[in-house]
Amino acid sequence: MHPSASVIIFTSLSGLGFGLMFWLGFGFPDVTGWSAFWFFFIAYGLAVGGLISSTAHLGNPQRAMNAFSQWRTSWLSREGVAAVATLILTAPFAIGLIFFNTDLQILGWISSILALVTIFTTSKIYNQLKTVPRWNMPLTPVLFLVYALAGGALLSGQITVSAVLLLVLTLLQLAAWQMGDKAFSNAGHTLETATGLGHLGKMRLLESPHSSPNYLMREMVHVVGRKHALKLRAISTVTLGLFPIAILMFLPFSHLLAAVAVASHLIGLFVSRWLFFAEAEHVVGLYYDQR
Amino acid sequence: MTALPETTTKKLGLAIDLDTCVGCHACVISCKEWNTSNYGVPLSDIDAYGAEPTGTFLNRIHTYEAKSEGCNAQTVHFPKSCLHCEDAPCVTVCPTGASYKRAEDGIVLVNEDRCIGCSLCAWACPYGAREMDAAAGVMKKCTLCVDRIYNENIPEEDRIPACVRTCPAGARHFGDFADPESNVSILSAERGGIALMPEQDTKPVNRYLPPRPKTDVTGEDKIDILAPFLAPMPKETGGFIGWLDKALEKI
Repeated sequence: MHPSASVIIFTSLSGLGFGLMFWLGFGFPDVTGWSAFWFFFIAYGLAVGGLISSTAHLGNPQRAMNAFSQWRTSWLSREGVAAVATLILTAPFAIGLIFFNTDLQILGWISSILALVTIFTTSKIYNQLKTVPRWNMPLTPVLFLVYALAGGALLSGQITVSAVLLLVLTLLQLAAWQMGDKAFSNAGHTLETATGLGHLGKMRLLESPHSSPNYLMREMVHVVGRKHALKLRAISTVTLGLFPIAILMFLPFSHLLAAVAVASHLIGLFVSRWLFFAEAEHVVGLYYDQR
Repeated sequence: MTALPETTTKKLGLAIDLDTCVGCHACVISCKEWNTSNYGVPLSDIDAYGAEPTGTFLNRIHTYEAKSEGCNAQTVHFPKSCLHCEDAPCVTVCPTGASYKRAEDGIVLVNEDRCIGCSLCAWACPYGAREMDAAAGVMKKCTLCVDRIYNENIPEEDRIPACVRTCPAGARHFGDFADPESNVSILSAERGGIALMPEQDTKPVNRYLPPRPKTDVTGEDKIDILAPFLAPMPKETGGFIGWLDKALEKI
């Protein structure tokens, strides 16, 4: 799949933002006044920024309101509804903490759970697609949730919890890469099943239907990016989890070092999300004898 | 709206004969011509006269080679357009209700006025049947020429999809797969019609009729009807040409 910047930024940042909201709703960290303001400012900035970025890849973003209508059937629609509901319900909770020194605890819990639901719906947009076997694994929603929880814990300044979650995340990500590498062949899709002509022998594309790449190939047949996949996986593994864990566990806490850990995690997050798209192979590539 | 109908009264679709298709792309052009000037926004072309021309098409012809051990390779022209699946994943993923499957005839359509151009339906389709129009930013797909098949303003013989009407080889057949007595149902039953990528569980309506087995003429006792006509010319020729040939040889 084409790793377009808008969806990478959308899934990464909104995941982080809603992950932070999850922790804030449960009172981690237990802050009020200005410090609460900054925590919620970051959470909203990331979540809303990510959502706005997602509209950048739309052909007709002015009609985006239509996307809230099909929540009965569409995961993308559910994602929109859940995200807006979370943003709206978290607002009075945040206002209570920032301006009135009041903890509307139940509202906080509700917004935490809604934040989790939002992250889950984001993951289902990709996970539901049988056409992309690498995404169509039960691990995908788990991975998205742990990404958000670990990143949120890191942003909310919980040293031990975030170190543990980052370790779990790193292991899960390694497992997802391993399983994802076999997903396409395990699903059994070949040019022979795509054309239904396996009984004639081994198939190959003799002549392409068009002389230059079309929308389908640009959008779904992304071959170049996988060249450095292994190196990028290594970079992501180190920056995503291992380096931040080392900083958190073995160095004395300071705001500067925490910022370094967050920056490192962000790099790892973007690299792994880039790979999430670039390494995903769509079955339509079979018709072009490319994957 | 993006929920699929439980059942559809008719299952309109195409039976495409891979034995007969000569890969001339006439259906591609005919489809583009009809659909660029009728239902929905035009099918745009980008850089049409430049080095990398690209554009929106609802029908594409791939050409494959099949080769099995000990046999000659075989060329198969493979037209590909929307299969109007019974379990169309492109419809249920749509967040806006723009994509829908008609309960009366099973045609999968896009209401372009609602489409936000998010591409998710194209991602959900295993067959590459949907293409986003680069100029209009909305999703385009085969409509089974819904604006021809019920159109009482055109002659009756034209009330079939443009690709079927134009095919010079008669490789494309249009009909109702829900009716076991229809032309397409009978063709599909007789020729062993293929559903593409059945492991995706999309239940496509369109069927592909596989190429008929080739006559094996390689063995000792096999008769090749064409062989005598294709045999090399005899070395010795009589008459004036024969004399001329010999005379020229001697010089």
